[in-house]
Amino acid sequence: MNAVWLAFIAGLIYIVGWRYYSRFLAERIYRLDPNFITPANRYNDGVDFVPTNKWVLWGHHFTSVAGAAPIVGPAIAMYWGWLPAMLWVVLGTVFAAGVHDFGALVLSARHKGQSIGTLANRLVGRRAKLLFLFIILILVLMVNAVFAWVIANLFISNPSAVLSVFIQIPLAIWIGYTVLRKKGNMLIPSLVALAVMYGAAVAASYIPALQIDLVRWMGGEEASGVLFGLDATGSAFLIWIMILLAYVFVASTLPVWKLLQPRDYINAQQLVVGLLLLYGGLLVTMPSVTAPAFNAQADTSWFPLLFITIACGAISGFHGLVASGTSSKQLDKETDARTIGYLGAVGEGTLALVTILAVATFFASAGDFHDAYSSFAAAGAGGVGNFVGGAGQLISGLGIPEQVGQTIVAIIIVSFAATTLDSAVRLLRYIIGELGVEYGAPKLSQRYVATSIAVFLTGLLVLLPDGGQGVGSGGFLLWPLFGTSNQLLAGITLMLVSLWLYRQGRSPLPTLIPMVFLLTMTVWAMIQQVVFNWSGMGEADTQWLLFILGAIILGFALWILLEAVRLFRNPEELKRLAEREAREAE
Amino acid sequence: MSDPDEPRNPIARWLYRYDRMLRLGHEAEVIRELRDEDDLFLFMCFSEMLGVPNPVSYHTLELYPLIIEQFHEWHQRMGMERSPLDHIRCC
Repeated sequence: MNAVWLAFIAGLIYIVGWRYYSRFLAERIYRLDPNFITPANRYNDGVDFVPTNKWVLWGHHFTSVAGAAPIVGPAIAMYWGWLPAMLWVVLGTVFAAGVHDFGALVLSARHKGQSIGTLANRLVGRRAKLLFLFIILILVLMVNAVFAWVIANLFISNPSAVLSVFIQIPLAIWIGYTVLRKKGNMLIPSLVALAVMYGAAVAASYIPALQIDLVRWMGGEEASGVLFGLDATGSAFLIWIMILLAYVFVASTLPVWKLLQPRDYINAQQLVVGLLLLYGGLLVTMPSVTAPAFNAQADTSWFPLLFITIACGAISGFHGLVASGTSSKQLDKETDARTIGYLGAVGEGTLALVTILAVATFFASAGDFHDAYSSFAAAGAGGVGNFVGGAGQLISGLGIPEQVGQTIVAIIIVSFAATTLDSAVRLLRYIIGELGVEYGAPKLSQRYVATSIAVFLTGLLVLLPDGGQGVGSGGFLLWPLFGTSNQLLAGITLMLVSLWLYRQGRSPLPTLIPMVFLLTMTVWAMIQQVVFNWSGMGEADTQWLLFILGAIILGFALWILLEAVRLFRNPEELKRLAEREAREAE
Repeated sequence: MSDPDEPRNPIARWLYRYDRMLRLGHEAEVIRELRDEDDLFLFMCFSEMLGVPNPVSYHTLELYPLIIEQFHEWHQRMGMERSPLDHIRCC
């Protein structure tokens, strides 16, 4: 089957979803009002609350939510074949992600642009806010560990990408200062930065001296006993993790305008370039799908693991943080929320879709696919590498050498992951500080103390899990846990939106159904993993770290479910909360 | 809301919007950073009046006519609802 047909069918479903389902949501469920005075217009302060053109805001929202996660998840989930992954990405985007992002945006806009955490406190109470904080804590811990692992592995497998990634740092600082001092536009400096980075990538692809290949420098893959008895690959992994932790310590303590945000503009350009190259390559090469629709040889069932393996790209709670944290404060008209929220989710869905298509067309035959995806563990370890290979193959259709294409794609993934790492360590620092203040340890709120703890925990988590093949080989084991905590976050947001709709006398079913589905899949998957795979029951050995983390997440999932049941089955409680909210609003 | 700075030419307009899209997240931080710098500068200029010795007050005094318009917003940002200075009654 030709992959272009799959892209066409998926695109058609996205268009139908956008055209009809999002309109139904806008008119019948969220009941958008063009005359509603949005927080941006009510509090227009020229800083946080700024009415913004809907296409500008859509672009900003889309580039803020799309990162490395919609690439990593689908690349791993290809293990079960392309059909389950594609169905979940497409239908999840239309019926869950679009509804969730759109709902979070409207809910926040209707509540003075407040964030989901504040809304949880306001609509449900302090317990919901604490639950929200704990889930974010666990989510960012997972994000740090998984993305540090992804970057270190890509550095080892694509040494020609390393130079460009390091060049991005001074370029971003230069852009940050240029914009601050000269107040010029950002398009030209970020295009120059992109040209320099990709120029370095092309040069490094052909000149081995420009490739920072630690494994080769330490004597090649066969070398053993290099560092602490590790082989060259393990030693390289350890060194990259240490460098990344040092980088993230410095980067996350700098003001955001110096490094984090200028990196974001370069990354926004990279996202646009990446999508154009991949879809352009797909249209030109028109490759055949070589991967099977269903992997009959899979040793692990797709149900319910698929729904936690692909989080971003199908539905992601992180979007709710962006929608309620920044986008809702810049909404010019309430009716714009449909474009920004729903179409923003569709944008990320297209990135997840092209990842599936790149991997599905990468292999010469189904046999090669089965070799690469021989087990779920192999899929976790090699999924991103398979995407990089497939993407290079697609891009080669545009006349760009495959090796250069692969390097560019590796740079894009690392850039996304590094920015997320920076943001996540910052977030972790704030949460540690807040918990420190809450529990009488104000020292924890000091910037360097909190960052040190955040970085130490990240290092511990990324180096501790052992997949049985030496240091660093088990980092991918944390991926399903990241997906689970992300889904739980989405579950909380959907619960808040459902609660709000219910209190407005409207049907909460469009948000309640995805919420119940998500939480059921999460609880199911966690019981399966925690009880049968990680606890030591049965044939598998006990995996303490995963068991403890999984049990905590399972506890949170059950907590949300109980909270939702309590709210929707108790009219008195709902009435009390509505009265309290009305009092606070006065 | 139509942006008055948007160019009329369609290509220029989309390029302008693309640039705005890139800048959007950053603008608030840049404004905050520049405002913090201004706040520090104003604090140094008004420090003598707030009881902090200023060795160059002779020179900063000359700046008063230029910065006095920003004084009201500055003292409010610093958490002082009313003007802290008896002889500058802006509010």
